[in-house]
Amino acid sequence: MPEGKLCNRKLVDTKEFLDALLSDKSGEQYYEEMNHLDVDTAKLWSTIQKTFKSRLKTWLEICAHCGLCADSCFFYLANNKDPKQVPSYKIQSTLGEIVKRKGKVDNQFMQMTMDTAWAKCSCCNRCGMYCPFGIDMGIMFGYLRGLCFSQGFVPWELKIGTGMHRIYNAQMDVTTEDWVDTCEWMAEENEEDYPGLTIPIDKENADIIYTVNAREPKHYPQDIAEAAILFHLAGEDWTVPSEGWEETSLSMFAGDWESCRMQVESVYAAMDRLKPKRMVVTECGHAYRATVIEGPYWAGLKSGKPPVESLHYVEWVAEALRTGKLKLDPNKKIKEPVTYQDSCNYIRNAGLGDCAREIMSYIAEDFREMTPNREHNFCCGGGGGLNGIGRYRVQRNIGLKVKRDQILKTGAKLVIAPCHNCWDAIRDQEEVYHDGIRWSFLKPILLDMVIVPDHLKPKEE
Amino acid sequence: MYEIVTGPLAWISFSIFFIGLFVRFVLYIKGLDWKADRVTYRVNVKYGIKGAVRSIFFWLVPFGTRSWRNNIAFTIAFFIFHAGLIITPILLQAHNIILKERWGFSFFTIPDPVADIMTIGVILAGIFIVLRRIALPEVRILTSVYDFVILFIAMAPFITGFLAYHEAPAYNFWLIAHILSGELMLIAIPFTKLSHFLLFFLSRAQLGMDFGIKRGGMKGKGLAW
Repeated sequence: MPEGKLCNRKLVDTKEFLDALLSDKSGEQYYEEMNHLDVDTAKLWSTIQKTFKSRLKTWLEICAHCGLCADSCFFYLANNKDPKQVPSYKIQSTLGEIVKRKGKVDNQFMQMTMDTAWAKCSCCNRCGMYCPFGIDMGIMFGYLRGLCFSQGFVPWELKIGTGMHRIYNAQMDVTTEDWVDTCEWMAEENEEDYPGLTIPIDKENADIIYTVNAREPKHYPQDIAEAAILFHLAGEDWTVPSEGWEETSLSMFAGDWESCRMQVESVYAAMDRLKPKRMVVTECGHAYRATVIEGPYWAGLKSGKPPVESLHYVEWVAEALRTGKLKLDPNKKIKEPVTYQDSCNYIRNAGLGDCAREIMSYIAEDFREMTPNREHNFCCGGGGGLNGIGRYRVQRNIGLKVKRDQILKTGAKLVIAPCHNCWDAIRDQEEVYHDGIRWSFLKPILLDMVIVPDHLKPKEE
Repeated sequence: MYEIVTGPLAWISFSIFFIGLFVRFVLYIKGLDWKADRVTYRVNVKYGIKGAVRSIFFWLVPFGTRSWRNNIAFTIAFFIFHAGLIITPILLQAHNIILKERWGFSFFTIPDPVADIMTIGVILAGIFIVLRRIALPEVRILTSVYDFVILFIAMAPFITGFLAYHEAPAYNFWLIAHILSGELMLIAIPFTKLSHFLLFFLSRAQLGMDFGIKRGGMKGKGLAW
């Protein structure tokens, strides 16, 4: 069988295909079909010839096999220093071999490559900081994921994710109507407690356009309400777009570069349409990475920047606290020891470490840094799409150990995790290891502490 | 024999070395692609240069990066090895005498005892690197015969040079072997992993630009390597 019905090289461009994938429980049929999926070696090699350029070529070629990358990898550490988890080994034995064999690899090899690219690397890019040659194996694994995707060797959930982006312009089946309804509902729910609270939709020339992660309208609408309340209390002139509100990119995790472009272009189109001064994205690491850091390149924007200045939520919070737009009650500062989970995507890969520390100085009396921290942080263990892939649950749970040890060492029981993936990973970590750890986004913490200005308080009857 | 190895063979090996490195340089730069690499090399050039310089500088300073600090023994061996590898052949008195005779110029030189110590340093550090390769599982799994061959090519001029300088028996043999192994290294540099002689700088600069331009360099203080 050259290609399966579900597992194939086709793009998930129709609702029928997407529904068929969704109805395959746990991807059983999908993975069974994968066992018979042929590798289009000619296409694989021609893709490599077109896209494998000097940076990657040099990285593969000059690696001195010194092994300094080993200790940088949380998978290596979590797996009792298994040599097969050394980043250099992982990339040389997969991408390195494919290049060496000029694309002539078989099904079994591609499945091994897929298992390595998704279950042994979260593309956290930490190894790149520890290699004397600056070989960033996270970037190489990102590239390798693209090759795997183009051959149909991609985890089931991520294939679905690309379909969602292609059809709904969101990682989940949230339509424009669902989104707008959710915003209106959340505004209504809270306007009694916060008179004048609205969630302005498609307002032109606002100071801020706010964008989110589709999980929020789908599963955590309260998050949108919290964001709205905080913007309201800060007196921001803000809006959400009815279309182009989703910043995440399962396509980036899957290596479907074309749908990555389609997704970010939907957000950039909203910016062009509504002409806001700035964009703020919710507490999500990879959403920011996808739309603000990598997205402009997918969309071919020569400036390397999105159409308007774009901020991660922590940047907005730090600014709002610094300028006094948001005032917190100092008596309500968190008294217990508390630590902060540095998200790889906006700390190491976007330089926002200082914002996080600034925020913690306003909200915590006993802030405890993890070791290492900031750019040198370890991945939460669930990045790069790993949280959502059932096939690799065991590997993911082993990987969580490194973050767990880091958290336990701080002595803090509360972790501030302004990133959906980190938040999930720490939740799952608690589910697996039962340490009594609690985790939170910033928004609920800020809402507990914020001083509501008199003119915004509900009038007493 | 001496005439051949110091005459035409020297010319050939130096030519291959310089032309080879030049070609590698051009190919590397030509192969950079702002869209594929996702780094706007030509925009925000100032941030790019700053990122590149920081990325190279901290890695050239012993213990200048966290990776160096985490691996003390290897870092010491690494710097002794590379310092000896580069400084000794260029600043050795004997080499500069030849340079003066042939081309009428020379660099300043280091005293012979210093060169001797550096040569021993290269050999000992090289042995350490070989043993480390065999001893550590995380390095062993990456190691192939090729890695030992490369190390041997780099160390051979020093072993033979040391023997020749101390007038070991069969002086002439060691002298010719020294010159040939030096020429072999020059020829090998553009074609093997030894190309990191040049590509270290280009690759470090590239990642430095990546972080300097795109991944936070324009917002933070610059990556703490």
